[in-house]
Amino acid sequence: MTTAQQATEAALPPDGAELRPRRRDRFRFLRNGKTLTGLIILGVFAVLAVAGSWLAPYDPSARSEALLEAPSWSHPFGTTQTGQDIFSQILVGTRGVLLVGFLAALIATVLGVLIGVTSGYLGGIGDDVLSSVSNVFLVIPGLPLIIIITSFLPETSDWTIALVIGLTSWAWGARVLRAQTLSLRGRDYVQAARATGESTWRIIVFELLPNLTPVIASGFIGTVVFAVLSEVTLAFIGVASISDWNWGTVLFWAQSNQALAQNAWWWFVPAGLCIALLGTALSLINFGIDEFINPRLRSQGRPGRSVRMRVGFTPVVRAGRPGADAAAGTPGKDEKEPRP
Amino acid sequence: MRYFAQRLLFYAVTAWAAITINFFIPRLMPGDPVQSLINRYQGQLSTQAIDSLRTLFGLDEQQSLWQQYLDYWGNLFDGDLGTSFTYFPTGVADIIGQSMPWTLTLMGITTVLGFLLGTGVGILAGWRRGSWLDAMLPVTTFFSAIPYFWLGLIAITVFAVQWPLFPASGGYDTGLVPELSWPFISSAIEHGLLPGITIIISSVAGWILGMRNMMVSVSAEDYVLVAQAKGLSERRVMFSYAARNAILPSISNFALSLGFIVGGTLLVEMVFSYPGIGYVLFQGVGAKDYPLMQGVFLFVTLAVLAANLLADVVYLLLDPRTRREAS
Repeated sequence: MTTAQQATEAALPPDGAELRPRRRDRFRFLRNGKTLTGLIILGVFAVLAVAGSWLAPYDPSARSEALLEAPSWSHPFGTTQTGQDIFSQILVGTRGVLLVGFLAALIATVLGVLIGVTSGYLGGIGDDVLSSVSNVFLVIPGLPLIIIITSFLPETSDWTIALVIGLTSWAWGARVLRAQTLSLRGRDYVQAARATGESTWRIIVFELLPNLTPVIASGFIGTVVFAVLSEVTLAFIGVASISDWNWGTVLFWAQSNQALAQNAWWWFVPAGLCIALLGTALSLINFGIDEFINPRLRSQGRPGRSVRMRVGFTPVVRAGRPGADAAAGTPGKDEKEPRP
Repeated sequence: MRYFAQRLLFYAVTAWAAITINFFIPRLMPGDPVQSLINRYQGQLSTQAIDSLRTLFGLDEQQSLWQQYLDYWGNLFDGDLGTSFTYFPTGVADIIGQSMPWTLTLMGITTVLGFLLGTGVGILAGWRRGSWLDAMLPVTTFFSAIPYFWLGLIAITVFAVQWPLFPASGGYDTGLVPELSWPFISSAIEHGLLPGITIIISSVAGWILGMRNMMVSVSAEDYVLVAQAKGLSERRVMFSYAARNAILPSISNFALSLGFIVGGTLLVEMVFSYPGIGYVLFQGVGAKDYPLMQGVFLFVTLAVLAANLLADVVYLLLDPRTRREAS
């Protein structure tokens, strides 16, 4: 049934084939409250990233007479020790954070898709080599590696930082995509496509990739969170360029000017809250994608587990599944088949 | 034990890769870091430190790259990681040796506690899906999105500056000497509490979410249904049927996320000036002390590999399939 449908879709021009399912997906996506909340918050940050430097009431680096002032109407997030406006620093800094986060995640996702899908689809020695390489990168602790590489770089702009983070954090995506590709490779519609003599590249691009999209999207969002945290961390410990404003740079100056000891909470609270809010928004979007991939995770409209026992309810009704009968026949611990 | 032998081989290869990456990083970078460092320190570096830098960076023109690589390995086996110049003339290996027990204790305890706590809450949240525990998920998500170091900053402001319950920095009272005595140990515990709680709060959310999702998937399986149909107690079905299987992916993830937790621990140490590896790394970064930074990276990587190996052994004990394959 799936084969027939896929075969007809493959015969159609790719645009027409993709249009219908995609619109349906998007509709379901937005019905999810978590995803919608996440998208709205992300949207606000995106606007700030574009317009932040125009909206900022002051020049973020300009000094003024207002030294270390608590938040007020003229300085919503207070001022630094040298009279800089923290609100402007946060606004202007949004662009760098989003730029590095999304650029690094883009690099990592492209690498992950290339390596993971190739390795999962081709199999053999190529797969062994590629998956060993990604396993090695997966085990080596990421943040210390990024710190080491960045501190050796002679010049650390947003672009180079994004490149370093992207080049070191593709392994998780590659691993997940390889597993997913392995399971898709044996499906009927892929074999049908292969039998009709489709080229490997056509199968990968038009048969596999559309079905991998949710996994790729989820990996992308996860990598954005990781990249944002890494970048802010690099700025905070002073490895990245401290002349470019981003939320980590604000925290770096707060820390190095003893904001803690002076009780200047307004200096480091807003930047941290922004980071956490952006991270939460992205995670919320990811929840939506996860629930889309695995419908069992949806909690809305379901008061309790689906297997709650009721009077008159017999598991035998579901005898269509062979596992139920087998397990019922010989009960005991050893019968449990763990999920792969 | 074929499975185990494979894993051992994998860790050997990974260790080799990490060491080789560490060897090549300074050699692939543009510019001459040694010269810029010498300029930076303006004659304050001793000739010994400069020599050590030249060997480290392979800027010894007389030697081939291959010879440098062999020398690098030779030094490693001698336990010689070069000379630090922030702590001159102490060797990098000595500095790491002194700070290692602090990090390992703090990280070991917090990682295990965070895992147990998160997995426990995750089991409950996954089993009673749709209950108030689900409403907790966005809250834990928020906490997991907070950078470790920032939570540390807040913890210091609230619990050390505003309301001085805990010391703000250091690993023990400055008046004490590290030894196995009660005053020292209690002081160390007091100093470790705040960093420890920070790490647990930041890391627990990930475990909750992973375990919840696996529980949700597993509790819809037929064998769980059957266990309930047999009239086993709720608790027994939850723990020995559903959770026992749902925890397996969490254990593999546990091993993989160690690298991330180590990164977080290093940051928390930086904020609390806790005398562990992370603080040493922070000092190294600030002073561009390359031998120190590379030594720390190498040590941290090897420690993560060792912990992964341990997690593999646990997995082997918990998952009958790997054992069956082995016999």
